Amino acid sequence: MTDTDGHQLNVAVLYPDLLNLYGDRGNARALERRCAAREIEATVTGVDIGDDWSPEEADIVLVGGGQDREQRRVQADLQQRGDALREYVDQDGVVLAVCGGFQLFGHHYRGWDCEIMEGIGIFDAVAAHPGPRIARCVGNVVALWEGETVVGFENHGGRTYLNDGQEALADVVSGFGNNGGDGLEGAKIKNAYGTYLHGAVLPKNPRLADRLISLAMERRYGPEAADLTPLDDSAALRAHAEALHAALSARESALGRRFA
Amino acid sequence: MRALGSGGTALPGLVVERLQSNAADQLARGLSATALITGTNGKTTTAAMLARILRADGREVVHNRSGSNLMRGVTAALVEAATPLGRLPSSCSAVLEADEAALPAIAEAAPPTVAVFTNLMRDQLDRYGEIESIALRWAEALNIFPRDSTIALNVDDPLIASLAMHWKGSCLRYGIEDPNVPPAPAGEIMDAVWDPQTQDDFRYTRRYFAQLGRWHTRSGAERPCPDIAADEIEPGSGSITFTLRLPEAPIAVTLPAEGLYSVYNALAASAASMALGVSPETIRRGLESHEAAFGRQEEVIVEGRRVRVLLGKNPSGMNQALRTLQRPGERHHLLVLLNDGIADGTDVSWIWDVDWESQAEHCASLTVGGRRAADMALRLEYAGLPAPGAPIANDVGLALSAALDAVPDSEQLVILPTYTAMLDVRQRLGQMGASRLWDVA
Ligand SMILES: [Zn+2]
Repeated sequence: MTDTDGHQLNVAVLYPDLLNLYGDRGNARALERRCAAREIEATVTGVDIGDDWSPEEADIVLVGGGQDREQRRVQADLQQRGDALREYVDQDGVVLAVCGGFQLFGHHYRGWDCEIMEGIGIFDAVAAHPGPRIARCVGNVVALWEGETVVGFENHGGRTYLNDGQEALADVVSGFGNNGGDGLEGAKIKNAYGTYLHGAVLPKNPRLADRLISLAMERRYGPEAADLTPLDDSAALRAHAEALHAALSARESALGRRFA
Repeated sequence: MRALGSGGTALPGLVVERLQSNAADQLARGLSATALITGTNGKTTTAAMLARILRADGREVVHNRSGSNLMRGVTAALVEAATPLGRLPSSCSAVLEADEAALPAIAEAAPPTVAVFTNLMRDQLDRYGEIESIALRWAEALNIFPRDSTIALNVDDPLIASLAMHWKGSCLRYGIEDPNVPPAPAGEIMDAVWDPQTQDDFRYTRRYFAQLGRWHTRSGAERPCPDIAADEIEPGSGSITFTLRLPEAPIAVTLPAEGLYSVYNALAASAASMALGVSPETIRRGLESHEAAFGRQEEVIVEGRRVRVLLGKNPSGMNQALRTLQRPGERHHLLVLLNDGIADGTDVSWIWDVDWESQAEHCASLTVGGRRAADMALRLEYAGLPAPGAPIANDVGLALSAALDAVPDSEQLVILPTYTAMLDVRQRLGQMGASRLWDVA
């Protein structure tokens, strides 16, 4: 284990006011806190529409969820940053894109009014809203990621479909995930992670949070910096277990109703 | 006085709805006036204040109390008040809370004499969908209002102020005019970020909380001047004083409630009262006799300890509740209860949008409970609150006794529950013999 004291990470949050639905601000807090516990100095910067910012300055880029109207609002600005963000991901830059942000990091999102919002194509995926009359995907989610559970809450009208060759982040155990059909949740390419999970997702999935930190440390300081000191995660794991229970008991009662 | 701990008030409505699908319709026809209160936050308290004012004016009032504000609760309230022959006492006024989404149906069954729109904030998007769809539904609902009805709008909320565009009838605007109200902390959650018509950002010269404040846009839209305003607002302990500027005359009000949101509720109730022809002096008397409604700012005595219950069902509501707990030097014992039932919102992510950090220096001891207590505990650990003194209990009863144990005699326990946790904890307080403060004082 290396001494990470004095190391720094820059966390950029894209559109922190517009894309911050369902507590996504907790994700930056989780990174900040888990870095601080290891004496890694994490600086969190918000990037708003029109801000002069380059992904080169970042070690981790976060983008959260928003309603359709907020996604529409940011898409032109995001387009302008598309080349730079694709380049950043090519060079192993770390990304966590949640819900609306996840959709806009795919090729495009067709909103409930059928209007197309262009994405930046980091994930080889497209998202579409089936229309205002079709129910949203709402509820607690459990998914399996590298053999471990990740938990969170999803609430999305859009359905995401991964193209052939695009890896999913996780497999759905309970909940809808990308589209409620193929059992897949999120997407992953290089060090870019996309997911529909809110919660906020990182505080109660400390392994996922540490993965992002570890990847960013490795990219900036070399492979030996990827090894992180373990932390006391008892509070996080209790919340994780509780969310797991909430998801699975809802599923059980739904199954119970069906077979009753 | 009603006993504490009567929870399910929607049942008679369900029964009658089945027996007679248009029960509410038929009963509503006998009313002399109907006031509908809708909006995300403040419905219950506003309705309670309005009912007080109308009673102070000598009127008979039916009121769907207890947060039972879906269609069924409204029917229940009308049925409960009706005579055995199914008629309402003559000259009876109805004060009806209308759930945001249920407003069109309720307005159809009980056409409003006056309708109050308090605010539109992020609340349980898992239940209601996107915020603009509610604004749209409200604008459409105005089409079925009787033409001679009055709408009362909180103009400090830009989404509410814009409803005036869809209404040709009479409109009463209310808002806060006091330049000395402290601004909302930077970064506090806010939903109406821009004008859906022009896509312009809302800008603020003053922002009080959430998106409420003195707003304008670059294309020249701005907060309209209110007809009814609150000024010279002075927070006290257990009360707040302000000058209520009515078109007739300014009156000094001492409201037995805390927080700026209570002032908004008083403004909303005053606007509705004005539309119903109540005099300023009676409005004042009604407001000053206000008692906290079911679980909102309620204070009781249990086993010799003072217990305050502050309901917080969404980020802006909870932020406002917390703001009443931030007097310099003050410390509280906190019991935070987080449930994820349908009426609470099954998504508990919103706790990340609440400024719990503000409590770090005011929290003397912490207990957490409810079905998502561990989620809450994690959030509060992030906020820098002291570690919970008792193990996390999903059971509200266990959490309540642990919290009471942690409070020394003569000190106060503040309970911050979500909606269903509030019903639960209130029932338990009742079983423990809780008495209202003013019953013993
Ligand atoms: Zn979402």
